[in-house]
Amino acid sequence: MALGSRHLLGLENVSAGDISLLLDTAESLVEVSRREVKKLPTLRGKTVVNLFVENSTRTRTSFEIAAKRLSADAINISTSSSSMAKGETLEDTARNLAAMAPDCIVVRHPASGAARFLAGVVDCSIINAGDGSHEHPTQALLDLLTIRQRMNTATGTGGKDWKDLVVTIVGDILHSRVARSNLYGLKTLGATVRLCGPPTLLPEEFRSFGAELFYDVGEAVRGADVIMMLRIQTERQSGHFFPSLNEYARYYCLTAEVVAKASPDVIILHPGPINRGIEISSEVADGPYSVIMSQVANGVALRMALLYQLIVPGADGMRGSEVSQNPLTVAQTPPPADEIEVATRPVAARAG
Amino acid sequence: MATGNAISRNLQTAPRTLLIRGGRVVDPACGRDGLFDVLVEDGAIASVGAPGALDPAQLAMPGIAGPAPVIDASGLVVAPGFVDMHVHLREPGFEYKETIETGARAAVAGGVSSVACMANTDPVNDNAAVTQYIVEKARKAGYANVYPIGAVSVGLAGARMAEFGEMVEAGIVAVSDDGMPVVDSALMRRALEYARMFHLPVIVHEEDPGLCCGAVMHEGGTSVRLGLKGMPSAGESVMVARDIELVRISRGRLHIAHISCAESVEMVRRAKAEGLDVTAEAAPHHFMLDDTAVESYNTNAKMKPPLRSAKDVEAVRRGLADGSIDAIATDHAPHHRDEKVCEFDKAAFGIVGLETMLPLSLELVRRGYLDLSRMIDALSTRPARVLGIGRGTLAVGAPADIVIFDPEREWTLRADAMATKSRNTPFDGWKLKGKAIRTLVGGVVVWEDAR
Repeated sequence: MALGSRHLLGLENVSAGDISLLLDTAESLVEVSRREVKKLPTLRGKTVVNLFVENSTRTRTSFEIAAKRLSADAINISTSSSSMAKGETLEDTARNLAAMAPDCIVVRHPASGAARFLAGVVDCSIINAGDGSHEHPTQALLDLLTIRQRMNTATGTGGKDWKDLVVTIVGDILHSRVARSNLYGLKTLGATVRLCGPPTLLPEEFRSFGAELFYDVGEAVRGADVIMMLRIQTERQSGHFFPSLNEYARYYCLTAEVVAKASPDVIILHPGPINRGIEISSEVADGPYSVIMSQVANGVALRMALLYQLIVPGADGMRGSEVSQNPLTVAQTPPPADEIEVATRPVAARAG
Repeated sequence: MATGNAISRNLQTAPRTLLIRGGRVVDPACGRDGLFDVLVEDGAIASVGAPGALDPAQLAMPGIAGPAPVIDASGLVVAPGFVDMHVHLREPGFEYKETIETGARAAVAGGVSSVACMANTDPVNDNAAVTQYIVEKARKAGYANVYPIGAVSVGLAGARMAEFGEMVEAGIVAVSDDGMPVVDSALMRRALEYARMFHLPVIVHEEDPGLCCGAVMHEGGTSVRLGLKGMPSAGESVMVARDIELVRISRGRLHIAHISCAESVEMVRRAKAEGLDVTAEAAPHHFMLDDTAVESYNTNAKMKPPLRSAKDVEAVRRGLADGSIDAIATDHAPHHRDEKVCEFDKAAFGIVGLETMLPLSLELVRRGYLDLSRMIDALSTRPARVLGIGRGTLAVGAPADIVIFDPEREWTLRADAMATKSRNTPFDGWKLKGKAIRTLVGGVVVWEDAR
């Protein structure tokens, strides 16, 4: 998939240039959330449907806020309130939504490949907000943004290039869409990726994607610049993946003792929601290395950037533009209606 | 149908004598491969002679005016009609996917003169009443010969043995719980033993339910990348190992359906070398496609057993080449569009296969794995022998089930133009080579290609 295709279905085939452009755009939008009036007119008159067939608080809210801060109309549909609860097929649901002419559908679904399926059925842009165990590209992008912000500071990992960066991802790799998307994005940017978990949750096949595999968390984090913890799903106990959460925590919980083996400037990420005391100790989650709250804040900016790049005509090529030219940084307060044209025109013109 | 005409058998109007002239006759059962004329009389093979030896003018039947009709088969292959020993005709119960009539029509369009249909209908074919229903429906449809396969267990539930005897009297030729593995080893052992009473093969769908639970494709690099739950090859091979051991103690006849992985093929090879009564079949999709076909979540690449690795595809081809795998069978599994146009996890397992079996099998000939004679052996002779139906040969006196095909004919498969009721094929749009020009069942032409 190329981002120019106006969908974001995964990071597997997204180029380093496209990733950087999205991160650059997001960076310029981080500031919007700090304003008194947190709104830009850019997507006025555009409609974003959040189709959440699987439960989510963080991602759905984040997309909704992102759409609203860009003045788009955001509609949320969740499983319990949708016709899918009455047995409607995904195809029919999608067709009906498409008939209402949204500009973008953001989809979260328990089945791998669901976002791609929707992209084949409807005409509008599709954003994958997590499909089964496949991909969760916006989570990975916001993680990359969080890591890059730290790299850009003078201290810590500051000054480091992606190629010098060691990232360790710990947890249920087998079932994790977050791990897959991060692995693709990080490898594309040139980072070293280590994956860690019990052998039952860490298929050998990941080696062929360029990752190093570890079963011992202490070894896996040795000298790491970034540690990314994954949520462990309690239902995995019944699939014979590990004997109990207790034993899982005994070997894979990220404690201060484990963190001490990493780089002194390590940052710790977690996509949430966290299981305190199971995959991460409270001490670490709330500690100085944790950037979990930055991830959440960056999630809004990243999703604003993505919606903008996918929806605004002419912006979806996403290549060659500079942050400084980004019209989103121009307006400090929402302009009156007659100025909206002015605010968006340069984007369309530049794409020419 | 755009590609040809299926003609329901009508014995009243069909000519009683027919001469097929000038074709390359390939009949492995008689060790024949060369140019011969074939004379059909009253539904049976009357003689096979040197080209030109039989004069149609001399062959007119008493009481019928004019010379016997002649089919010019020059440039074509004349072979015993194919026997597809593994199809799902879906009737009774799932007529929206396929009926016995549409399935039998798809068969003859693909050069298949006989099919054996699996028991997973609704109601299940686990008693004589259902068997009789299928036999009667097939007779009325009047295209291919349809041989029902009875269930091993009542309701395919894997608990209690079905009444093989009454089903045999009604017409079954094998027993199978296909679609469901027989998990209980004691039931499997007793079924193998009890089936000996009727000389029935027990056809097994090898799938360890624990290893394959909830899985939707082959376990490997592709499943990991797509985030789909995989079933490992061991999910099949551990059951093959068990059942070969059970043949040893039961002395029954075991036939392994849709064999798909290298380990299973090797075990069958060794069992045969040991002299055990073990046979196997492979489906064209398992020797033509590997698990990368699932890429892009193509639900028409979803079946059980799943498309395996390239290494397994190679093993299946070699198994067919050396005869470790006896037969080619399609596992023709029609499904409605709505069961395939959906999330991959939710999609039904299986694809249709009757109309693509010949060109895909010929691909193995073109790539040097099989010669034409071994291909016919796998498509006709051996499956007929496993089922014990007295067909699959052009020997004098045998029923005149004949396929006349052009191995060089190039055509493009259009799913919409198939004779089957369903459209679930991964080969839609493929340029194929090889096509049945005429199919005869009991001496009557039931399929004629449009060209």
